[in-house]
Amino acid sequence: MGRYVVRRLLQMIPVFIGATLLIFLMVNVMGDPIAGLCGDRQCDPATAAQLRREFGLDQPVWRQYATYMGNVFTGDFGTAFNGQPVTELMGTAFPVTIRLTLVAILFEIVVGIVLGVVTGLRRGRPVDTGVLLLTLVVISVPTFVTGLLLQLLLGVKWGWIDPAVSTAAPFAELIVPGLVLASVSLAYVTRLTRTSIAENRRSDYVRTALAKGLPRHRVITRHLLRNSLIPVVTFIGTDIGALMGGAIVTERIFNIHGVGYQLYQGILRQNTQTVVGFVTVLVLVFLIANLVVDLLYAVLDPRIRYA
Amino acid sequence: MRGATHATWAAGAAAVALAVTACGGGGGSGDGGAVLSSSWGDPQNPLEPANTNEVQGGKVLDMIFRQLKQYDPDTGEAKDMLAEKIETSDSQNFTITVKDGWTFSNGEKVTAQSFVDAWNYGASLKNNQRNAYFFAYIDGYDKVHPEDGSAQSADTLSGLKVTGPRTFTVKLGQKFSTFPDTLGYPAFAPLPRAFFDDHAGWLKKPVGNGPYMVDTYTRGSQMSLRKWDDYPGADKARNGGVDLKVYTDNNTAYTDLMAGNLDLVDDVPAAQLKNVKKDLGDRYINTPAGIIQTLAFPFYDDAWNKPGSEKVRKGLSMAIDRKQITDTIFQQTRTPATDWTSPVLGADGGYKAGLCGDACAYKPDEAKKLIQEGGGLPGGQVKITYNADTGSHKQWVDAVCNSINNALGNDRACVGNPVGTFADFRNQITDQKMSGPFRAGWQMDYPLIQNFLQPLYYTNASSNDGKWSNKQFDSLVDKANGETDTATAVKTFQQAEEVLRDNMGAIPLWYQNGSAGYSDRLSDVKLNPFSVPVYNEIKVG
Repeated sequence: MGRYVVRRLLQMIPVFIGATLLIFLMVNVMGDPIAGLCGDRQCDPATAAQLRREFGLDQPVWRQYATYMGNVFTGDFGTAFNGQPVTELMGTAFPVTIRLTLVAILFEIVVGIVLGVVTGLRRGRPVDTGVLLLTLVVISVPTFVTGLLLQLLLGVKWGWIDPAVSTAAPFAELIVPGLVLASVSLAYVTRLTRTSIAENRRSDYVRTALAKGLPRHRVITRHLLRNSLIPVVTFIGTDIGALMGGAIVTERIFNIHGVGYQLYQGILRQNTQTVVGFVTVLVLVFLIANLVVDLLYAVLDPRIRYA
Repeated sequence: MRGATHATWAAGAAAVALAVTACGGGGGSGDGGAVLSSSWGDPQNPLEPANTNEVQGGKVLDMIFRQLKQYDPDTGEAKDMLAEKIETSDSQNFTITVKDGWTFSNGEKVTAQSFVDAWNYGASLKNNQRNAYFFAYIDGYDKVHPEDGSAQSADTLSGLKVTGPRTFTVKLGQKFSTFPDTLGYPAFAPLPRAFFDDHAGWLKKPVGNGPYMVDTYTRGSQMSLRKWDDYPGADKARNGGVDLKVYTDNNTAYTDLMAGNLDLVDDVPAAQLKNVKKDLGDRYINTPAGIIQTLAFPFYDDAWNKPGSEKVRKGLSMAIDRKQITDTIFQQTRTPATDWTSPVLGADGGYKAGLCGDACAYKPDEAKKLIQEGGGLPGGQVKITYNADTGSHKQWVDAVCNSINNALGNDRACVGNPVGTFADFRNQITDQKMSGPFRAGWQMDYPLIQNFLQPLYYTNASSNDGKWSNKQFDSLVDKANGETDTATAVKTFQQAEEVLRDNMGAIPLWYQNGSAGYSDRLSDVKLNPFSVPVYNEIKVG
């Protein structure tokens, strides 16, 4: 087990380097960011040259990347164009997005799995058909439609919530945005759980457990659900990274100053330092979530061993 | 049935949210101490007077700084603020006396030195100030800010001299009669010692000499400004302060205004323009701002710069149905342009309605004839280049092309050519890669006709993106700058503008309005000619 974890951690290094390099190149291909820094007029050449030197943009790309990675290992993620260190931006953005992601994941786990179990046990019944239809609707409606609609109805028409989340972004204000962010994944979690439960219901160990006379709720939670959760856990694990990075739309709608907002600004202003810095952290989150998922398999199914 | 379940827990969640946030409310009483909230965007650059070149940062500078001159929020006229007098006999050497009794909000006196230090800081290349070129008229600029980026040979402008605690002299590199009127621009603000002694600290909490002072500033999310009670000026704040809240999207700000959580939005999103009158009634403001949109041409491309091509350019201009586009796409938040300046200048300031004449009128038949006379469209097709990332540029460029295609009876005559990001768009312009007309916009720095002509059309001027060059135009601008009488200067500038018209150096499209909406808590809300709310005059309650 310990050796497995170490091996997995070592494997992360090339993935990490490759991913950051890709992002670095992509942002660089977009052209010279200094040109957009002076608004609808040309920066005077001397100032532009000076800014380029300050941000290291006059160097060849490979050297920019080398310098950048060197700095990253000392904890220096560079400076955004507005003069703020990127680490400071991260310090304000990540806690907010983590809270939002937590709310979303909680919705996925609680609502998604409960609905999945309920429908999986009642396959073909009206409840099942109803939830299936509902998830189909949720999957096919884009997030921004759901978001804007809820914002308009709950925020403006009925006045139940504030349409915009405040700067502090406490959990209470993040419930509706979290639900919007979770909605599509929630539908997938429901469907995955449902299929998995329905399939395992007919397996031998469930029949054995029932034959032993175990109470029904114990069979469902301890035997059936535990084994059925493997694909669901995989999905939720990879979804953590996707939710954090993909919160751009939701954060924009509800005025949440999180990772999505900073990334959007960074891309719009072609700020390499901000974009690469944030994506680097997101890549790390993704990798670690994946590792945790793999380790969880053994907890859920004792037959799985790591060497 | 299931749908109901879905809605029930959504409602439950919302109810929890409501219960927790409800205590955060509470309205202000109708006194002068009440605070209003206003939408804001994250400033692009560090917040320093000479480093701020966009509206969002400019908004703050407008509240915490006062310059030698102040532009009248109604007429745009430059009036003395901190300046007691500005004297000149030759339009080149100026003696400026600063009024007594002004201080910064930290108690420090505003002296001649405060201005000279600030201007030297702004001009110096090593400080990377985006607006350094504002000091280019002052003698010695080429030493502190060498254009080629070589090492600067001086730290201070030789044209600036402090002659007393409240007086200093300015020597310009050339005659510039309207120079005093430019001094209301925020780049010319005075700076306290704290700015130089603890620069990082100042950026975290800027200190100025305006009617407001910064109470708290959380970068990227909110700035709370409070009324400065000891402000010595006549334009004291009539409210207790302003909370500027950063919005990720102006649609959300508008929604927040509708929901009663925000008092003022100064940028009504295009998508809401249809509803805004119904939503807000007379709490919607739509007033002219000093912004003009034009189509510029690549004069470095021979296809657009040969004898006769002025007829093609004029023909294109006449093929655009400005009225229809501003009515349908912009919901009358823009006005068809009939000259190259802006109505906010007023007739005395140089705006001349109809100066463009027939060349800006929609005359499809004549347009077709003119383009044929001029040798037809270069390559048989015009491509209008624009950046697609911000604004609603795609919509109007498509509409302009449609109009041209209809007029010429050829649906391939004009197409839009989108560029992904603004920075890339600017890159292509700087690298002179444009092969046809491209989107150009100009927001004035100060309400002067000079500002609408010289930076844009003078040979090799800083914003002459199309590289238009005309000796007659240049010499008229020089002549106008040398005039000591303002009225004569304005007339001469208008003669230069006529030269621009006869050659159709750029197609004027429309003047842009500032639009804002506010809650019923506020009164006396208006926008100044720069489309920024006049915060200090707003009453709450």
